[in-house]
Amino acid sequence: MNDRSKDAWRNALGKLAPLLALIVVFVLFAVLDAVQPNGGQFLSLRNIQAMLISSAPVMTAALGMTVVIIAAGIDLSAGTAISLCATVLAWVLERQFSIELAIVACVLTGCIAGAVNGLLISRLNVAPFIVTLGTMTAYLGAAKFIAEETTIRPPLEYVPKWMNGLATPTPHPWWLFVAAGVWIMLGLAIIMGLVLRYTVFGRYVFALGSNEQTARLCGLNVPALKVAVYTLSGLFIGLAGVYQFAKLKVGNPISGVGMELKVIAAVVIGGASLNGGRGTILGTLAGTLLMQTIISGCTQLGVKNPAQDIILGVIIIAAVTLDQWRQTRTA
Amino acid sequence: MTGISKQFGPTRALDGVSLELSAGEGLALIGENGAGKSTLMSILSGAQPADGGRMEIDAKPYAPHGPQKARQAGVAMIYQELNLAPDLSVEENILLGQESRRFGLVNRRAQRQRAQAALEALGHGNLSLNIPVHQLSIGMQQVVEIARVLVSKARVIVFDEPTSSLTRADAERLFETITRLREQGIGVVYISHFLEEVRRVCDRFLVLRDGRSVAEGVLASTSEADIVSSMAGRRIDELYPSVPHSPGEPLLTVTGLSGVLKPTDVSFELRRGEIFGLAGLVGAGRTELVRSILSLDPVQAGEVRIGTAIPAPTPKARLRGGLGFVSEDRKGEGLALSRSIADNMTYTRLRPYSRWGWMNLKQRRLAVVHWMEALQVKAASPEQAVVAISGGNQQKVALARVLHQDADVFLLDEPTRGIDVGAKATIYRLMGELAAAGKAVLFVSSYFQELLQVCDRIGVMSRGRLREIRPASEWTEHSLLSRAIESN
Repeated sequence: MNDRSKDAWRNALGKLAPLLALIVVFVLFAVLDAVQPNGGQFLSLRNIQAMLISSAPVMTAALGMTVVIIAAGIDLSAGTAISLCATVLAWVLERQFSIELAIVACVLTGCIAGAVNGLLISRLNVAPFIVTLGTMTAYLGAAKFIAEETTIRPPLEYVPKWMNGLATPTPHPWWLFVAAGVWIMLGLAIIMGLVLRYTVFGRYVFALGSNEQTARLCGLNVPALKVAVYTLSGLFIGLAGVYQFAKLKVGNPISGVGMELKVIAAVVIGGASLNGGRGTILGTLAGTLLMQTIISGCTQLGVKNPAQDIILGVIIIAAVTLDQWRQTRTA
Repeated sequence: MTGISKQFGPTRALDGVSLELSAGEGLALIGENGAGKSTLMSILSGAQPADGGRMEIDAKPYAPHGPQKARQAGVAMIYQELNLAPDLSVEENILLGQESRRFGLVNRRAQRQRAQAALEALGHGNLSLNIPVHQLSIGMQQVVEIARVLVSKARVIVFDEPTSSLTRADAERLFETITRLREQGIGVVYISHFLEEVRRVCDRFLVLRDGRSVAEGVLASTSEADIVSSMAGRRIDELYPSVPHSPGEPLLTVTGLSGVLKPTDVSFELRRGEIFGLAGLVGAGRTELVRSILSLDPVQAGEVRIGTAIPAPTPKARLRGGLGFVSEDRKGEGLALSRSIADNMTYTRLRPYSRWGWMNLKQRRLAVVHWMEALQVKAASPEQAVVAISGGNQQKVALARVLHQDADVFLLDEPTRGIDVGAKATIYRLMGELAAAGKAVLFVSSYFQELLQVCDRIGVMSRGRLREIRPASEWTEHSLLSRAIESN
């Protein structure tokens, strides 16, 4: 094999690494589960349906976070912003407005939260880590404020039936195979993948993340680009808020606390670099599902929750270490 | 050092170079950029291993693994960029990593004595040991760095372009310091482009060209012209291909441009079909001037006019107005290294390939392939990451970006720095062709010979001011230098 095809091969392998890891882990759990007494549940349709739908809020937010991380940013406020959005949705619904209006308000809240992050980062010129560390707390406060420090429980009859389709594992027309919410999410993922590859915006995001100075001297409007990136991420946070509400049926201001770390972990396991300039939607999907597979698989095998957490931690570090090692070898 | 060789991929950086230095001797290492001086010295100082040849110190074999080992063996290097911890004091910097210890604690008294002794040996005994080094001038910081090397009992000290960021007075003091070092029996290797200063501190010289030693001898009995011609070799005509062009009407007019520190009140005109050289030493404010023209740095006063238009003070508007820019700092800001050649080449003009924000990648690929061929960019494919190609090819990508952008005014900041001779020739020819096509080229360089060969007119900057503009034929390397080191 000559050098060129070797490089191409190695490159392709690198891009697919998270997907391969997902397959390996999935098969591993399937086998371990199948051989244990009264096992075999892991591979059941119901379990797979449940895995997919319960990863929905994290995965949706991770689509936006992928763009932020490629642009060399970070959004620590994602978790509390998701619960803020869900709380807004519940608040609007509780006041007997239509579900459509509630969803619009929820998504809009996400966009505003993102835009605020973007504006603060580009106007104040403060590191994204610090800005979003601040807004993380502020959004939590805002959500508690709206919910008057409790949980908003809109009457269940206000929640339309189809909204359950976003959250229950079994799809409503059975031929959908998985819940409608999963299909919507997949559609969004495909759109984002295309946006990153085939649009001017996508190219600019990579340029910004790879080298902000270069972006600037090539005449890109860097502050506007940053606001756009965080607002787009906010849109996905708003959508994640809808999923979160569909799942919980209540507006709990603290339900998203800590979720941002899962979202970031999913993106990073998917091969994105926190230094920016690198990351893929496919990787992020694989990263989210990898984490979900481990949680679900461990549950099926009867591994206790604390052990699951430790395993997840190890996986995050291992994924990034492997990726770095691969990077230095190819560079 | 005998028969030292070093290979970087396909390029032969060093090919059987030998070098000898006695105690107390001053040896000048001369050569163009990319001749192999830095590579040779990085091998001597242990920063990288040689592929062939051997080294001896006091007739004992010497093969350092890393700069630390080289220091222990008595070889130290003073780089252009100083390596000091800015917030630590003079004393702490001098003894960093070689503290006097007693029972695991730092012995302050012994510390002070050693630092003081080192400074006195350099003739700077009155320098306060307690002030943080960032409060010192660059010249005094350099003294601290040399003192640090003295404390580590260096036998050989390599100076790499040490005066490039010094004022004239500081440079004078450095020459005295080096003379003192030599009197104490320390061998000095001195790398510089400036033949005059080389004569001040050295007695022998060695000229490198394309990784080979091409001349050596005693400075006192060799004329400047001889040294210059052995530096450049016979290839002057090939290296500087002449493309006929003639200046037309003014295209870029800069009036009274001032930045925060530099530039100060700079005015000049750049005409169509002209190559205008901007000479000066590092830190003269040339880069700041170019960045101010592009609005990349904040501007305090002055006007930038392109043709008859005055574009808004943002990089975007300036680029739209017809300016194109190649940064001196290729890796730091010029290129997005992890992105592809195609991306880097087209960032300034994606519009021809996009509709409603969606791109036609196939069409773009055709354009990119065209420019890669035109500039002879050697790479596996347009999708290859820029980080994976050589410096010369990276520079061609940076230039191709401006060509693809179809700029009228080319602002090229040190476009030939750190690239091989072949790539240089390509760039010189390109500048001539651009001028012939009615573009205007601003060529910033610290290397006066190339300015004299390539430019129509040359302006000299020092301390943020544009001192004088003359036709290139009325300048010499010597007159350029004497204006460049002017200090008020």
